[in-house]
Amino acid sequence: MQDSSTTTPETLVTADGVPLKQKLIQSTRRARLRALLLTLPLVIFIIVSFMIPIGQMLFRSLHNDTASSVVPNFAIAIQDWDEQGLPPEETIKLFVLDLQEARKKREIGKTVGNLATRINYEIPGSRSLFTSSARKLARVTEGPYTEALLDINKKWDDPVLWRSLKRATNDITPYFYLSALDLKYDDEGNIIEADELYQIYVSNFVKTVRLSATITLICLVLAFPVSYLLSTLPLKTSNLLMILVLLPFWTSLLVRTTAWIAILQTEGIINDILVFIGLVGEDGRVQMIYNQTGTIIAMVHILLPFMILPLFSVMKTIPPSYMRAASSMGAKTFTAFRRVYFPLTLPGIAAGTLLVFILAIGYYITPALVGGEDGLLISNLIAYHIQKSLNWSLGAALGTLLLAIVLILYWLYNKIVGIEKLSFG
Amino acid sequence: MKIKHFLATSALTAGLALAASAQASEITVVSWGGAYTKSQVEAYHKPWVEKTGNKIVSEDYNGGIAEIKAQVEAGNVTWDIVDVELSDAIRACDEGLLETIDHSILPAGADGTPATEDFLEGTLHDCAVANIAWSSVYVFDKTKFDVGPTTIADLFDLEKFPGKRGFRKNPKVTLEFALMADGVPAADVYEVLATPEGIDRAFAKLDTIKDQVVWWEAGAQPPQLLADGEVAMTTAWNGRVFNAIAGEDKPFEIVWDGQIWDLDLWVLPKGSENKEAALDFLVFSTETEQLANQASYIPYGPARKSSNALVGKYYQKDIDMAPHMPTADANLKNAVQNDFEFWADNSDQLNERFNAWLAN
Repeated sequence: MQDSSTTTPETLVTADGVPLKQKLIQSTRRARLRALLLTLPLVIFIIVSFMIPIGQMLFRSLHNDTASSVVPNFAIAIQDWDEQGLPPEETIKLFVLDLQEARKKREIGKTVGNLATRINYEIPGSRSLFTSSARKLARVTEGPYTEALLDINKKWDDPVLWRSLKRATNDITPYFYLSALDLKYDDEGNIIEADELYQIYVSNFVKTVRLSATITLICLVLAFPVSYLLSTLPLKTSNLLMILVLLPFWTSLLVRTTAWIAILQTEGIINDILVFIGLVGEDGRVQMIYNQTGTIIAMVHILLPFMILPLFSVMKTIPPSYMRAASSMGAKTFTAFRRVYFPLTLPGIAAGTLLVFILAIGYYITPALVGGEDGLLISNLIAYHIQKSLNWSLGAALGTLLLAIVLILYWLYNKIVGIEKLSFG
Repeated sequence: MKIKHFLATSALTAGLALAASAQASEITVVSWGGAYTKSQVEAYHKPWVEKTGNKIVSEDYNGGIAEIKAQVEAGNVTWDIVDVELSDAIRACDEGLLETIDHSILPAGADGTPATEDFLEGTLHDCAVANIAWSSVYVFDKTKFDVGPTTIADLFDLEKFPGKRGFRKNPKVTLEFALMADGVPAADVYEVLATPEGIDRAFAKLDTIKDQVVWWEAGAQPPQLLADGEVAMTTAWNGRVFNAIAGEDKPFEIVWDGQIWDLDLWVLPKGSENKEAALDFLVFSTETEQLANQASYIPYGPARKSSNALVGKYYQKDIDMAPHMPTADANLKNAVQNDFEFWADNSDQLNERFNAWLAN
C-alpha cells in the first residue's frame, strides 16, 4: 500500500503555503477587478455623456423655474389668489417691485425678457407687453400699483393673463408635455385640444414613425439580394463589391445629399435622360425631389450599408450545403429558401432593421434639404426648439416622447422577434 | 545657479508675453459667411488689424442666439463680437445675454453729424449697433419670360407668369409677401397680420400657389434653384442675388416692389475677456469710411447717412453700387421694414401654424 492513500486528505496548498482555494478566489477577484477597471473609462464616459444629459432632458421637460426666479416674491403671494378678477393690490405691488428689481439686476436667465418669453408660449403676443411695461414701470415709485399697471397697458386687466402667470410660477409643470401632444389650457385653465390649424406634433410623430418604417422596409428588400450575392461570390470579387457598398459610407453626408439633388431635380440627370429618350415630354418632367419621394430615396441610400453589413455577416456563416441538403430531400428552390435559408438569416434581418429604423427616426438634415414641404420630421422640430426658438423645455418634452416611442417599439420588437436572436455579425 | 538663471529668463519671457498681450489682443468676430463675411473682412477686419496690430479670428454661423446663450450661460464666452439680426439682438438684450453699449462712444460722421443723428432711425439699440440694411426681395430669370414680372402681386400670379416659385421655409417674410400680393399696402402689413383674419388671409393667399412652391432653407439655395431652372422666380436675399448677377453673370433680375428690409447689427456677448478690443472694433467698423467701403463688396445699405453719400463702385467691375442698395430711394417705393416686435411676439405661434399648414 502506498503512503498517500492512507493519510487523510489535506487541504491543497500552494508553494507559499496559502490554501489553493483561497488563492484561487484571490486571483479571480483580482482579474475581475482588473476587468472592471478596464471598463471604468467607458462607464464614466457613458454616465457623463449619455446618462446625465438624458436625465437633464427629463428634468427640463417637467421643470421650468423661469417665472419663480424672475418674480420670486410675487410667485409666493399669487398662490393665495382665488383666480377671480384681478389679484389684490398687495400682490400686484410685489409683481411690480419684482419686475423693477429684475430689470435693474439684468441677471442672466432671470430677466424680464425671460419671463416674457415664458408667458408668450401660452399667450402669444404677450411678450412685448411684459418688456415694454417693465421699461415704463421703472418710473413708478408708489402705489396704487394696479392702477399704474393698467395705465401703462389695458391688457393687464385680463384675468386670463394673471391665471397664466400663476400657473407659470409652479416650477414643475405638465405644460410642455401638453404642448408636445397638441393640447393647451383654455381661458378657465382646463386642458383642451389646440386649434386644429396649430396642431403639428402628434401628426408629425406618426409621420416620422411611418416614414422610418417605410425606409427600413425598402432597405431590407434592396439589401437582401445584394448581401446574398456578396456572401456567395468568391472572396476576391465580393471584397471589391463590398468596397462599393462602403464607399458612400466614407463620403460626407452633405455631399451625398447634394449629389442626390443634382441627380433627381427636375432639370437633373435622370429627368434629362427621360426627356432625351422620349419617355416624358419637356413639360412632363417628373418631380422626384423636394417631396417625400426625395426623402425616401436619399435616406435609403444613406442607410443601406447599415442593413447590408449585418445581413452579409450572417449569410456568410450559412453553409451552402444546407440548401443542397434541403434540395436532396425534395424541397423545391423556393421551399428550401423559405424553410431553411430565410429562417437562418433572421438574426441579420433583426439587427439590420433595428439599426436602420432607429437611425432613420432621428434623421433631420437630409429630410430638411431634400424633403421640401414634407421634409419636416420630429427631429427637425426638436432641433428648431433647441437652436432657434430656444424653448428648451418643449424640445426636451418632444425628445423624451421620442425616446419613449423608441423604447416602446423596442419592447414590442423584443416580444415579436426576440432580442437574443440579434446578430450584428 | 542654473535654476536661478532659468527662473530669471522665464520671468522675463512671462513679463514680455504679458506686455505683448496688453498691446495686441486677438478677438473672434462671428458673422454669416460667404460674400457677406468677405465684404466685412475687406472693409473692417484688414484696416483694423493694420491700425491696431491686433488679430482677428473670423468665424461663420447661421444666425440665431442659441450659441450666444450657451456661451454666456456657461460663463465661457469665446465669441467676442457677433453680427445678428434685429429680432435676435432685441431678444438677447432682453434676456441679459449682451453687454449694453453707450452710444456716446460712437464718433461723429465724416461730415461732422453727431452719431446719434448720423445713424438711420432705428439702427441704434441698447445692446446693438447696426452696420447694414439687407433685404428680402424676389428675383426671376430674364430668359424665362418675354415680359418680366414687376410687382409683388406677380409673384403670386400663376396665370400671367407660370412656373415654380421658391420661398423660404419660414413664416417670417413669406406671410408679409402674401399679404402685400393680396393688396395690403406695405405700411399696413403688420397691422393686418396682427389680427386672426389677417393671418387667415395670408395663408389663403399662400394656398393659391402652394403646389407650385419649392421651399429653401439656406441663403445659398435660391440663386442655385434659379440657375438650375428648378424655379421660375424665387424670394432671396438681395446681396446673394447681386453676387450671382455681377459676379457670375447670371441673367437674373430683382423686383424691389414689396421688398422687406431688415438690419444686421453688432452685439457683444456678455462676459467676453476681450471686451475692450471688441468694442474698439465695433466703433471702428461702423465709422463712415468703413461702412461706405463695405458697400463696394456687397449691396447692403450702410447704417450711417454719411456713408450712403460715399458709396462707390463694385470692386471688380464698373457697376455703381448705389442703385442696388435696399435703402436706395427707387427701391423703397413700396417697401416695409421687418417688424422685430411683431415677430418676437408671434413667431412661436406662427411657426406652428406654418408648419401645420405645410404638412396638410
